[in-house]
Formats: sequence, C-alpha cells, structure tokens
Amino acid sequence: MELHAEQEAQIGRWRGWVQRRQAISPADVDELEDHLREQVADLRATGLDDDEAFLVAIKRMGNLDAVSHEFAREHSERLWKQLVLLPEDAEDAGAPPWRELGVVLALAVGAGLAVKAGTAWLGDEAVLARNLGLLVLPFLAGYFAWKRRLTARVVAGLLVPFALLAVVLNVYPFVPGGSTELLAVLHAPVVLWLLAGVAYVGGRWRSDGRRMDFVRFTGELVIYYTLLALGGAVLVGLTFGALQVVGIDLEPVMEDWILPFAVPGALVVAAWLVEAKQNVVENIAPVLTRVFTPLTILMLLALLAVLTAAGGLVDVDRGLLILMDAILVLVLALLLYSISARDPLEPPGLFDGLQLVLVVAALAVDAVMLTAMLTRIAEFGSSPNKIAALGLNLLLLVHLVRTGWLSAGCLRGRRPFAVLERWQTRYLPVYGVWAAIVVVVFPLVFAFA
Amino acid sequence: MRIDKDLVAASATPLVLGILADGDLYGYAILKRVSELSGGSMQWTDGMLYPLLHRLERLGYVSSSWGTSEAGRRRKHYAITPAGQAALADRQEQWTVVADALRQVWQAAQQPPATTERWA
Repeated sequence: MELHAEQEAQIGRWRGWVQRRQAISPADVDELEDHLREQVADLRATGLDDDEAFLVAIKRMGNLDAVSHEFAREHSERLWKQLVLLPEDAEDAGAPPWRELGVVLALAVGAGLAVKAGTAWLGDEAVLARNLGLLVLPFLAGYFAWKRRLTARVVAGLLVPFALLAVVLNVYPFVPGGSTELLAVLHAPVVLWLLAGVAYVGGRWRSDGRRMDFVRFTGELVIYYTLLALGGAVLVGLTFGALQVVGIDLEPVMEDWILPFAVPGALVVAAWLVEAKQNVVENIAPVLTRVFTPLTILMLLALLAVLTAAGGLVDVDRGLLILMDAILVLVLALLLYSISARDPLEPPGLFDGLQLVLVVAALAVDAVMLTAMLTRIAEFGSSPNKIAALGLNLLLLVHLVRTGWLSAGCLRGRRPFAVLERWQTRYLPVYGVWAAIVVVVFPLVFAFA
Repeated sequence: MRIDKDLVAASATPLVLGILADGDLYGYAILKRVSELSGGSMQWTDGMLYPLLHRLERLGYVSSSWGTSEAGRRRKHYAITPAGQAALADRQEQWTVVADALRQVWQAAQQPPATTERWA
C-alpha cells in the first residue's frame, strides 16, 4: 500500500527517534517499522485518516522508554558491546578491525620504548622531565594521523612546531632548578596537547564542532585513563603482594619496565578506546558533570570564605596561589566538559542555572586571586612564576566573564546555547598561545633563571 | 472488558507459543491473532511483543528468519522449535491445572449455602 509523502516523513522521524535508543538495534527498528506500517494500513482500512491512523499506531506501540527498557533487559549486552574490542560486523568498519588493534598496540609499545630509551640515555632527571611529553605525544598524534589519514601538509604543519618546541626545550641553557625551566616543563604539554588536538580533528582545526569533539575526547580520555590506571594498579598490587610472599621483590622490575611502558602505553590505548566507542562514556559524562558541578560550587564557596577570612592577602602563601590556579583550571575543565556534554537544542534548565553559579563562584575566587597576586607583585617585585600565574589568571578571568555573560543570556532565552559553545571553542587556542609564550619567551626574558 | 496487566503478562508466553504452533507468523500477525482469539479484550503494548519474541528465541523456543513482505519490506518471521513445543506442552499442563482449580472455585462460589451446610 502506498502511503503519502507526509506519512513517510512521519515514519522517518519516528524511525530516527527509535534508532537513538542504544538497546534497540537497527534490525529491531526494521521489525518495529514493519509492525507500525501494517498497523497504520489496517487502521486506515477501517476508515481512519492518515494522521489518526499514525497516532493510534504509535500509541499502541507503547511508551518508547518502557519498550526500550524491555529491549535493554533482554539485550543488556547491547549497551556494552560497544566496548567489545572488535566490531562484530566488519563491513561497517573501513579497515580490517585487526589492523587498527595492531597499530594501537604497536604505537603503545613504541611510546613505552621511547620513554624507556629516554630514561636510559637522557640520564638527568630535569632533561627527562622536559622531554617526556615530546617522547610520548608523537605516538598519540601518530595514531590520529593514521586514523584520520592526515594529508602531508597537515603532518608537516604539525612537525614544524613540534620540532621547534623540541629545539627550544633542549637548546635553551636553563639554570638548573630555575623557575623558567619548571614553567617550561609545565607548559610544554599544553602546547603538545593542542598539537595532538590538530591531529585529532584531522587538520580541520578551524571548525568549532571539531574543536568541541576534541574537548569531549579529552574529558573522556581522562575518564578512560583513570579507569585503566585503577585496574592496572589493582593488578600490579596483587602481583606485588603475591610475589613478596614467595620472596621475590618486584620493585626493580616495576620501576625499570612496568611503569615506563604501562603509563605512556595506557595513554594510547585509552585514546583508542575513546575512539572505538564514544557512546558508552557519553552516557556517563552528563551524570559526572551533574554530580561534580554542585560539589565544585561548594568547594569554591568554602575556599572563598577561608580566603576572605584569612585577611591580609599579601601574606598568602605562594603554594596556595599555585594550588588555587590548579583548582581554577579544574573548574574550567569541568565547565568545558559539561558544556560539551550538553545537547544544544535542549531548553535552559536548572542545571544551566547551577553552571552559572559555578562560573560566578569561580570568578569571585579568581578576583581574590588576582588581587593577592597583584599585591604580591607590588610588594616583592615580579618573578617568572608570578607573571606566569598572573597571565593564566587573566586568561581565566576573560574566559569566565564572557562565559558568565553568555550563559546568563542563554538562561533568559535571549541567545541560543550554541553561542556559549562557540565562545569556548574559539577561546581554547589562546591557552596554547600563552603556554607557547611561557615556554619560548619567558626563559629569554628572565635570562633562563 | 480489559484483562489485568499481570494476567496478560503471565499468559503471553503460552499464547505466543500456541499461536506459532499453528504456523509460522511475523510479529504483527501474532498480535492480530491474540486480539482475534480474545475478542479484542487482550490488548498488548505492541512494542513489548518483540523483546518477548527475542527472549523466546534466546531460550531456543522459537527460531526466526528474515523474509520480505508483500510490499517488499524486510520482515522477520518466527517459527516454533521442538524445544518450544515441549515448553508449550509443559505450560499447557500448568494452565490446565490452574484453569481446572479456578473452575472448581467458581462453581463452589456459585452455590455457597448448600455446600457450607453440608460441611457444617
């Protein structure tokens, strides 16, 4: 029986809606669609018009949530099979599944070998610390380059800054134990990570959507990496204990072999897991952000209370300022991650209000921090550490102020949520530029002290 | 008359197996048959039939195969297996016992004074 175009469109929309359920496979959707069409045809035969027939048929099909729940109960593996290492139907995947696994494992071992070689040859701990990122990141970027089939131009565009960074980090005559060296060690990974991001987005770094994907990827990578680290720690701990009872000390092997291979290798494997199936974590991300946003607000308010109660900001310990910087960066990461996990079409809700509260609290903390820093600089003069911290704080301030402004607009329904998202993705490279300045320019300005 | 939800759920498996014992069918046709057999008073939530069919398939009571409908769409047909027939026979026995017990209760309930007097 021929259905009208309108009816086809309705069924198409319904199909799309059902397909979004993880527990209902495409074959099941076919089965349900066949059912729906039969039902509609029979109802029309009894004299209902197209719309009525469609509505009744949908109603009889039942609440989609409940039906999907039943499917999930019967097919619980569907929610997890995403994690199965090899896709079951190979025709979906472009490359043979074994090849990707092979490439990933080779790269993971390669990263381990690089770190191992670094520890063996670079000897000096400070030199190793400067080069650690340089040793590991090419393997991660290499995975993306392989996966996204990067063009030679993009690869060259990545290699040039990478080489420059490597030269700067190794040629600069850093004063041993100086703060510019420490700053370079801390900021180089940020630059490298953004370079990895360019590889991740397949060279299309101008696209806002792809940048947001990279933010999502970063958040999910952290989760996967943590899970892998926890599992690995349990495994190693048990082996350790068991061997100790027998009288074998695992510690030398652990330090020399297991850690240098496992820590960088897990990074590559975690990246692959995120790639292999984003959807599993996508379901966790909104939950995590919803749990941690209120908790972070409480933490910030407590800190604010303590800081203001402490009085004289000049006496604030330097260590505290550094810690607060770390906290603010963490808040920003949470903010970015929760924005990346949000469906931009959803109307503003309670959680968006909470997010605004988080931004305002972070702003207040940032303002206190800035005052403390400026007073310290006025009192004791500037130093590389202080200028680096001040710069980061100013960047965070601009980021947060604009985010707060935009999200207030979104809450009142004046702006689409996408504007807020775009601001985040547009602003991200600024951090990379700042990190590059700290690595490249600071040592020159402060005479490598 | 609407049949209670739990009763519908309890009778779903033997009904589906029994209908399939008469011949292979696809989902919508099974539901239509249920509706015919009960005079329209056993209304299932249509979507729920499929998880049930999949469970029966996992248990090995039915087997499925993809075919094509008259209109040329993909359609999944279900057939009862020997294991399903054994399960059906087993269920049939259980239901016979239940139905028999219920019938006696209904009969007793219809003539309460006489029986109570005799027992007293």
